[in-house]
Amino acid sequence: MRLSSKHLTLLVLLAIILLAPLGFPSNFYYRIGSLIFVNGLAVTGLVILIGFAGQISLGHAGFAGIGAYACALGPQYLGLHPAFAMLLGTALSAALAWLIGRPILRLQGYYLAVATLGFGILVSMVLANEASITGGPDGHEVPELGLRKLIETIGIHLSNAQFWYAFSGLFLLAGTWLALNLYDSPSGRALRALHDSEIAARTVGVDVARYKLFAFVLSAVYASLSGSLLALMNKFITPDAAGFLHSVELVTMTVLGGAGSVPGAVAGAALLTMLPQVLTVLQDYEHMILGLIMMLVMIFLPAGLVPSMSRLLRGRA
Amino acid sequence: MTELLQYVLSGVTVGAVYALVALGFTIIYNASHVVNFAQGEFVMLGGMVTFFAWQAGLPLPLAAALAIVAAAAVGVALNKFAVERARGAPVVSLIIITIGASIFLRGGAQLVFDKQLHRFPSFSGDEPITVGGATILPQGLWVIAGAAMVFASLYVFFTRTLTGKAILATANNRVAARLVGINTDYMMTLSFALSAAIGALAGVLMTPITLTSYDLGVAYALKGFAAAMLGGMGVPAGALVGGLLLGLIEAMTAGYVSSVYKDAVAFIVILAVLFAMPQGLFGGKSTDRV
Repeated sequence: MRLSSKHLTLLVLLAIILLAPLGFPSNFYYRIGSLIFVNGLAVTGLVILIGFAGQISLGHAGFAGIGAYACALGPQYLGLHPAFAMLLGTALSAALAWLIGRPILRLQGYYLAVATLGFGILVSMVLANEASITGGPDGHEVPELGLRKLIETIGIHLSNAQFWYAFSGLFLLAGTWLALNLYDSPSGRALRALHDSEIAARTVGVDVARYKLFAFVLSAVYASLSGSLLALMNKFITPDAAGFLHSVELVTMTVLGGAGSVPGAVAGAALLTMLPQVLTVLQDYEHMILGLIMMLVMIFLPAGLVPSMSRLLRGRA
Repeated sequence: MTELLQYVLSGVTVGAVYALVALGFTIIYNASHVVNFAQGEFVMLGGMVTFFAWQAGLPLPLAAALAIVAAAAVGVALNKFAVERARGAPVVSLIIITIGASIFLRGGAQLVFDKQLHRFPSFSGDEPITVGGATILPQGLWVIAGAAMVFASLYVFFTRTLTGKAILATANNRVAARLVGINTDYMMTLSFALSAAIGALAGVLMTPITLTSYDLGVAYALKGFAAAMLGGMGVPAGALVGGLLLGLIEAMTAGYVSSVYKDAVAFIVILAVLFAMPQGLFGGKSTDRV
C-alpha cells in the first residue's frame, strides 16, 4: 500500500517530534522545541488563510493576544480553570474574526493588509493601555495549567519543559492533521480556487465571501490557541504577544517555509524560532540578519524553502 | 475656540509630516505598484544621520543635506537589490520584502548609531509664536512650509518637466513608456531616490519637535501608509489631504477623547472610510482585476 503524501507528512512530523529529544542535551532544547510547535500552530493557521485562500493578514498576533490574555484574565476575574479560559479565548477569537471578517475581507491586497494590521494594533493597544485590568506593558501572570500534576498521579513523570514539549507537539500534530485534511476536502478546493481567481471561483458556484470568512475564522482559532499555549507555557504574558512585530514574524515564518505547504510552514516556524537562539552569539546583528533573510528568501525562493527544495529534489530524481 | 485652534495647529504640523511620508508611498507605488513598508526608515535615517553628522561637527544645514543624500542612496539600493529583482512577485512577497528591508535598516541603524533618543536644535529657536490665543513652535512653521514647498515643487516637476512626465508615463504603462524611448528602470530608481529624500526631509524637519531614534520608522510608516490609503493610494493630492486629515483627527482625539487612544481612533476612522470608499477619498475607480 502506498502512503498518501498527507499521511507521509504527518508520520514524518510525528517521527521528528518523537525522535528529536534523543539528541537533546538539556531542558533548554525542549523549550525551543515547544516554542517551535507553538509558533508552528499559528503558522499552520496562516497557511490556510494565506496559502490556501490567498488572503493576507498582518494582524493575527491580535488573535494570539486574545488567546493569551484569556488564560491570564479568565482565571483571575471569572475564576475559570485555565483550560476553560483557553476555550473561552478561542471562542472569543472566532467570534471576533467572524464579526470583523465580513467587512474586512471585502478589501484586497494592500488594503486588506492595512485593515488587518489596524485590527492587530488595536488589540495590542487595548492590552497595553488598560493597565488596571491587563497589567499594561509590564505584563500579567498566567496560572499553572495543572495537567502535568494530573498525569503525575497516573505515574508519568515529566519535567516542565518535557511536558510542554509533548503537549504543544500534540496540538501541532492535530493542527497539521486538520489543515492537511482541509487541503484535500471540497472546502479546501474551494479555497484554493478563489486563491487563483475569485471570478472563476464564483462562476463555478463557490460562495467566495463565505469561504474567505471560513478561512479567516479558522486561522484566528489557530492563532488564539497558539497564544494561549504560549501564555500557559511561560506563565507570564505581555502585550508584545499581540504586537505588530509578532504578526510580521508569523507571516514571515509562513512565507519562509512556503505559504502553500503545511510542512513548509512548520519548517519556517522552526527556522525563524531557532534563529534568534543561534544568533544570540551575534546579538547585535540579529535584526539585520532577520531582515536580510526575509528579503533573500522572497527574492530568490518566492515559493518558500520547502516547495523550492522538493522541486529541486524531484528534478534530480 | 482657542482650544480648537490649538488642536488644529498641532494637527496640521503633525499632519504635514504624515503627508510627506504618504507622498513617499505614493511616488513609489505609482512607479512600481509596490507599497514600500520601509518608508518610515527613511524618516528615521533623515533624523539620525543629521544628528550624528551635526554632533561630529558639521553645520546643521550640511548635516541635513548629507542625511537626505544618504537616505536617497539607501532608497536606490533598496530598488536595485530588492524591488527590481522581485518584479512580478505577488503582493504578499512584496510586503515581506519591504518589511524585511525595514527591519534590516532598523537593525543597521541600531548598530551604526545607538539606541538613544536624539534631538538637534530647532532651526529658528524654541520661542512659541502666539496665533489667536493658541501657540505654535517656529519649528512647526518650518515643517508646514517644508511640506508645502515639497508638494509645490513636485507638482511643477510632474507637470512641467520632461523627466517628471516620463515618470508618470512609466507609472501609467511601463511597456508603452519603453516603446517611446523612456528608460523605465532609471525612472523607477529616480522614484525611489525621490521618495527616500522626501522621507528623510520629513525626519529632518520633525526631529527638533519629536526627537529621533532608531525605531521610530514603524510608527511613521503606519501613519504615512494610513494617510496614503485615506487619500487614495497613488494620488499625490490624496497624500496631502489624507496626511492633514489624519493629523487633525489625531489631534482632536487626543484633545477631546483620549491621548492614549489617538492612534486607535485614527485607525478606526480610516477603516470606516475604506469600507465606505475602498479606493480612498481621491482614488479613481480601481483598474485592478477584481
